[in-house]
Amino acid sequence: MSIYDAGDFQTTQTLETFGFLPRLTQEEVHDQIAYIIAQGWTPAIEHEHPSKSFNHYWTMWKLPFFGEQQLSKVVEELESCRRAYPDHHVRLLGYDNYTQSQGAAFVVYEGRS
Amino acid sequence: MSNTYQAGVKDYREKYWTPDYVPLDTDLLACFKVTGQPGVPREEVAAAVAAESSTGTWSTVWSELLTDLEYYKGRAYRIEDVPGDSESFYAFVAYPIDLFEEGSVVNVLTSLVGNVFGFKALKHLRLEDIRFPIAYIKTCNGPPAGIQVERDRLNKYGRPMLGATIKPKLGLSAKNYGRAVYECLRGGLDLTKDDENVNSQPFMRWQDRFEFVAEAVLKAQDETGERKGHYLNVTASDPEQMYERAEFAKELSMPIIMHDFLTGGFTANTGLARWCRKNNMLLHIHRAMHAVIDRHPKHGIHFRVLAKCLRLSGGDHLHTGTVVGKLEGDRNSTLGFVDQLRESFVPEDRSRGVFFDQDWGSMPGVFAVASGGIHVWHMPALVTIFGDDSVLQFGGGTQGHPWGNAAGAAANRVALEASVKARNEGREIEREARDILVEAAKHSPELAVAMETWKEIKFEFETVDKLDVN
Repeated sequence: MSIYDAGDFQTTQTLETFGFLPRLTQEEVHDQIAYIIAQGWTPAIEHEHPSKSFNHYWTMWKLPFFGEQQLSKVVEELESCRRAYPDHHVRLLGYDNYTQSQGAAFVVYEGRS
Repeated sequence: MSNTYQAGVKDYREKYWTPDYVPLDTDLLACFKVTGQPGVPREEVAAAVAAESSTGTWSTVWSELLTDLEYYKGRAYRIEDVPGDSESFYAFVAYPIDLFEEGSVVNVLTSLVGNVFGFKALKHLRLEDIRFPIAYIKTCNGPPAGIQVERDRLNKYGRPMLGATIKPKLGLSAKNYGRAVYECLRGGLDLTKDDENVNSQPFMRWQDRFEFVAEAVLKAQDETGERKGHYLNVTASDPEQMYERAEFAKELSMPIIMHDFLTGGFTANTGLARWCRKNNMLLHIHRAMHAVIDRHPKHGIHFRVLAKCLRLSGGDHLHTGTVVGKLEGDRNSTLGFVDQLRESFVPEDRSRGVFFDQDWGSMPGVFAVASGGIHVWHMPALVTIFGDDSVLQFGGGTQGHPWGNAAGAAANRVALEASVKARNEGREIEREARDILVEAAKHSPELAVAMETWKEIKFEFETVDKLDVN
């Protein structure tokens, strides 16, 4: 391949895990929620204004949904959070109390900014 | 009644072969693969190993009677056949915990793999595994941060981290080197690495490298909004210079440094790990020289022992081989020592070369690092083999991309995230590797080009050091 055929890679702001995939569809998001629940993790939602997205702490949406087994409940809460903060990023976490870490964390909705 | 002194030479087995001994929970246990000289009975050879690695010497000495050697001696307590090998056997030895200084893998190794390895009655000797008692583990400092803390500091969850060693490994000026770092990080890698050969050579002195790399890391972090790091190699000719480099990395606000634990030595490593704990610095560990020690199936030290020692000495990442890439590594054996790095309890499992139950207690875990001859086509297999608590490092597989480092990095990141996403969806990603990557490449011209570039590259050679199985 000639040097002149090479693409120009533009740096973009990305939001960690799954930041390099096309925006997940509703169905794909459901699959990831199902995975979090199946692992025995606790789903949780956080949101933050894009200007502050680099911070470790985002604002929690309510409390983590301890013991939640119903996928639809988590989906509803994601929607409510997005409606309440349309200009914020909204991310879904899976708290793993065994490792005391997050087994999953990815941005579901990007804030309009 | 006290013993009487009789000068002379006794058979080792009289004192050091104790088949009825039941090991204590506080004993340090070792399994050696022993190949004796022809004609010497197994029990005598096993006892000689126990003696020479603990309290014994070739002759009786009067001053033995001033202490209680029954309390301090190592004991050979079991002998087993090696499957598929009539020449060698396994000898199990129990050592009382008081033979070793607290928190010192240096002291443990000096005893267990010291003079005994040159003993004439042995043709070969290999230390296969050590069971460290939890009482001893609690005296060791261990990883400065550990997996969970590193994830929190770097904000990386739910996937392996992605890295690359900067190439060419020798000869770049500091500014050009920092350019290569910046390109990799802005393209989507989480971490880049100094090659282990890079210390402070005339073509690139360490201060110069650290400053340019720091600018590269901070710029990439700023532009991508993601947390980034570069393992600044502080391995040096003496401890004073090592600490000086570590301090400078901290001054530059860098999150992670690196050390070569075998060439640098365990004393340096343990000291540096303590410094890192105190200074909130992550520590990446490279393993140059390991194959000299661990590759021969009958002599030396198995890497699972070196890996255990490193977890005790301290490190947040350790290279483990890739299984699929250009360097040696049997899959089950690799998984066996990857468990030792990351888990809090690892049960005996001979199919993985694990000879003892090992309780790690609250010792933090170490990320397994897979590096060497891997590229995008390997991604689904790597995610399956190593799981999320790993760093997958693509040096040539990033910087060899026809469009350059940033595009190469993006290709790897897309492949990684597509693999993780598919795994979470319940797909068998190793078997469906092609479909998953082809699908992902539809949205990523960088990945499509990478797949085309490396489609034919495989490294299929027989493993030299196989597990002992029939």
